[in-house]
Amino acid sequence: MMGAARINRALRRVPAWPVYVVGMVPAVWFFWLGATGGLGVEPITALEHRLGLTGLQVLIASLAVTPLRRVSGIDLVRFRRALGLVGFFYIALHLAVWLILDLQSWQRVWADILKRPYITIGMSGFLLLLPLALTSNTLAVRKLGPLRWRRLHRLAYLAIPLGAIHFVMLAKGWQIAPLAYLAAILGLLALRIRGLRTRAAA
Amino acid sequence: LSVLAAPAHSAEAGLEPNTWDEITSYNNFYEFGTGKEDPKRNAGQLTTDPWAIQIDGLVDRPGSYDLGDILSGVSLEERIYRLRCVEAWSMVVPWVGFELADLLNRAGVQPSAKYVAFQTLLRPEEMPGQRTAILDWPYVEGLRLDEAMHPLTILATGLYGKEMPNQNGAPIRLVVPWKYGFKSIKSVVRITLTDAQPPTSWNRYAPNEYGFYSNVNPEVDHPRWSQATERRIGGGVFSPRVPTRMFNGYAEEVASLYDGMDLMGNF
Repeated sequence: MMGAARINRALRRVPAWPVYVVGMVPAVWFFWLGATGGLGVEPITALEHRLGLTGLQVLIASLAVTPLRRVSGIDLVRFRRALGLVGFFYIALHLAVWLILDLQSWQRVWADILKRPYITIGMSGFLLLLPLALTSNTLAVRKLGPLRWRRLHRLAYLAIPLGAIHFVMLAKGWQIAPLAYLAAILGLLALRIRGLRTRAAA
Repeated sequence: LSVLAAPAHSAEAGLEPNTWDEITSYNNFYEFGTGKEDPKRNAGQLTTDPWAIQIDGLVDRPGSYDLGDILSGVSLEERIYRLRCVEAWSMVVPWVGFELADLLNRAGVQPSAKYVAFQTLLRPEEMPGQRTAILDWPYVEGLRLDEAMHPLTILATGLYGKEMPNQNGAPIRLVVPWKYGFKSIKSVVRITLTDAQPPTSWNRYAPNEYGFYSNVNPEVDHPRWSQATERRIGGGVFSPRVPTRMFNGYAEEVASLYDGMDLMGNF
């Protein structure tokens, strides 16, 4: 754990705000590409998919923080709020592109949410992320108290796999990537359950 | 390919084709990958010459028909058709081809034949998508005989007056403009006349999502999305959704094929 201690010492000097800036650069880049032909001849769907996939990747990274600390000793907890929020921003943009550029009508959006299971599931995941995003600030932690806050934020364990299930369900044919994302998330959650058990036993 | 004479008889006024770039860079051809840009990237290695189509089943003259031989017996023409993908996007494509009926008549369809089955090339060493079980390869499709014999149904060997690019189904593919795009099977190597409805790839994969008929129908939704509207490729980030038309706008020509049929049940 010598290496981990040195990394943690170095990380202590890094503030969290660059995570937001660096994290959102790809989103700006995607919109720029979409507007200038860089996403191919059908930029709307491409934009929608890239935003959704990046959001899922960042959320998986936030889910990996605790297992990473347990396995390697590297402590990224200070950056987890930023990761969670950046992931949420991507999912919100994904949703906005779907609503404004893709479906172009509230009626169509509402009909899809009610009628299409993969959209119902994706939307549920987003709604579960909403209270987490709203309470991802120091004031909310203080108001809720650490215990209630932590309990509330366990919703992530539900919201993030729902996002991956949404991804698996929208794929045509037996595609590997969506299943791999779902497996990674379930793996990270399984590590956590094991972690809780050992802690309870100790 | 020689320069073509007049534009198609079935081209309607104001039907502006998509650009060559749009038609050849945004493709569903899972044999070359599931991404829309994968076929263009991966189809270059496909060998399309020599090429032959095996015609068998309920025909008088079964056998292997060499592509050059097939083409010497038909006259190619341009057909500007709407193409509506089951994924709710669409294009307009200036195909070059000939009526499927011409080839079927040449093979001699027997009276007992009721359906036509089609098969795509199976060659995993040149078609990287076939190394993964995304679908049960080879890709197969099928039509009812009257659909196959309909004058709108063509075998296409090119677009924009040029040879068919590999990513669009070279060297020869089916085009059935009133059905969702996946019915228009690409890189055809086998045509079989049968008396029973043949299996079709997407129907086998998800029978509740992809029916045998798969006629474009704005009133019958795909279980995962609405088919009421579509987006024309090429409109950029603010491309509007436009209403989808019954039989993709070819109702006048083909609706009578389905007289009295329940199009909801036979989707």
